[in-house]
Amino acid sequence: MIEIKSLYKSFEDKSVLKDINCVFENGKTNLIIGQSGSGKTVLMKCIVGLFRPTSGKILYDGRDLVCMNKNEWKLLRREMGMIFQSAALFDSMTVLENVMFPLDMFSNDSYQERVKRAQFCLDRVNLLDAQKKFPDEISGGMQKRVAIARAIALNPKYLFCDEPNSGLDPKTSLVIDELIHDITVDFNMTTIINTHDMNSVMGIGENILYIHEGIKEWQGTKDQIMNSTNERLNSFIFASDLFRKVKEANQ
Amino acid sequence: MQKYLTLHPSFYGIFTIFVCSKAILMFLSKSLSTFGKYLILMGRTFSRPERMRMFFKQYIKEMSQLGTNSIGIVLLISFFIGAVICIQIKLNIESPWMPKFITGYTTREIMLLEFSSSIMCLILAGKVGSNIASEIGTMRVTQQIDALEIMGVNSASYLILPKIAGMITMMPFLVCFSIFAGFVGAYATAVIGHIITIDDLTLGLQHDFNEWYVWMGVIKSIFFAFVITSVSAFYGYTVEGGSVEVGKASTNSVVSSSVLILFSDVLLTHLLS
Ligand SMILES: Nc1ncnc2c1ncn2[C@@H]1O[C@H](COP(=O)(O)OP(=O)(O)OP(=O)(O)O)[C@@H](O)[C@H]1O
Ligand SMILES: [Mg+2]
Repeated sequence: MIEIKSLYKSFEDKSVLKDINCVFENGKTNLIIGQSGSGKTVLMKCIVGLFRPTSGKILYDGRDLVCMNKNEWKLLRREMGMIFQSAALFDSMTVLENVMFPLDMFSNDSYQERVKRAQFCLDRVNLLDAQKKFPDEISGGMQKRVAIARAIALNPKYLFCDEPNSGLDPKTSLVIDELIHDITVDFNMTTIINTHDMNSVMGIGENILYIHEGIKEWQGTKDQIMNSTNERLNSFIFASDLFRKVKEANQ
Repeated sequence: MQKYLTLHPSFYGIFTIFVCSKAILMFLSKSLSTFGKYLILMGRTFSRPERMRMFFKQYIKEMSQLGTNSIGIVLLISFFIGAVICIQIKLNIESPWMPKFITGYTTREIMLLEFSSSIMCLILAGKVGSNIASEIGTMRVTQQIDALEIMGVNSASYLILPKIAGMITMMPFLVCFSIFAGFVGAYATAVIGHIITIDDLTLGLQHDFNEWYVWMGVIKSIFFAFVITSVSAFYGYTVEGGSVEVGKASTNSVVSSSVLILFSDVLLTHLLS
């Protein structure tokens, strides 16, 4: 469980996040949605500690990230996995080496065991065939899946995904979404996903946080979102014709 | 208009001094803050590697990528410079009043004292420096460094330390190769071009040999190896933005490390001789 308490973040004099309060629960896919430039990526980077918040608390099962010392910080990071917008695979390594990297770095298992674990993770994302290829030899969707495999290699408790399906076709997006959802349930992880893809919101949105210009505007589930009365949220969701029609059909 | 023209001339002088000193101060404070950031990065770089196994793997890789892959260009350039120095000295300096060994002697001293260490490192700053800066810079803009940090890896130490260590290990060998290739080049002018007799050249190369000069070149080159790798890694590591910035970082790293090599060459030469 990750709790965020009155989080503020500003760059020099530009304030990006204002008074964010929320709770992200275990075993659920938590979504952060919002327009481009609303501060989703900044919020996520604050949560994982790549940015230091201007003020506020970020509690990982009660442990405050902001005032941790170096060792606690290091231990916490081993419990995190992250998938970046651009997949961020190491391009000098093969797919298998990429997935093995966190194991090589942190686990004390023998070489065979590490290979086995990496292959298990690759199998989980259906990419065992591509293990000898380099990242630039596989498609964008496959790269995302390798990134997922790498993120779960060390059995993390917290999984973060920054726009996991940007630049992918609807069908591949669906595969990725379901993969993330299944993994979350299987391993009882706390998963936070940044997205502006309404399909994933409707598909896997168990807890949705809507951010508008750095302020938390709305929070709820995917069932509540269709009937919400928040004007800004509605104008965001029903910006697409398709969803407007779906809503009309529902009523 | 009239009003401005009636200002006392000294006003313009004072104004100019004021503007200049402000520019200089700004430049100084900027360089100081860059230097501070460099020191902080080096502090993070020189921490114990988390996994010795991974460190050695990277170390071997960097030795081959930065060192072994540079041997070709080192040999090529040194060979031709050795030959050219020999020809130039022979044609321009030698005269009946000069001793016979002068050509070989001068060639040797130039190769040992300056070319094989300092000039060679300037050339390598272009090859190796731009390579390191663009590699690390690309890793930065494609978020690979962020990915390392999230995993809890000390990215500075993991990426930069093997490069510095690998280059420092290989540099003395490169210097020796360079000296050797220079002499081969000089002999080539004797054997193929018949510019000078082989006996004269050998006499010159052996005349009044001071072993310390070789060590001096090696010591200087080790220092330069550190400058090249750490400075270009710094520029790459601190890239912000996209491919344009990576290009700029790569250029900046070559310029800065070249300038630093030239300055420290003066200092080191003074200290060591
Ligand atoms: N390092 C930074 N320095 C200064 N300002 C920044 C920085 N990073 C982000 N910002 C600002 O913060 C605001 C929010 O950016 P952010 O990247 O979080 O948007 P986003 O919601 O992720 O958008 P998108 O959906 O396009 O990815 C932007 O206005 C941006 O200019
Ligand atoms: Mg973003």
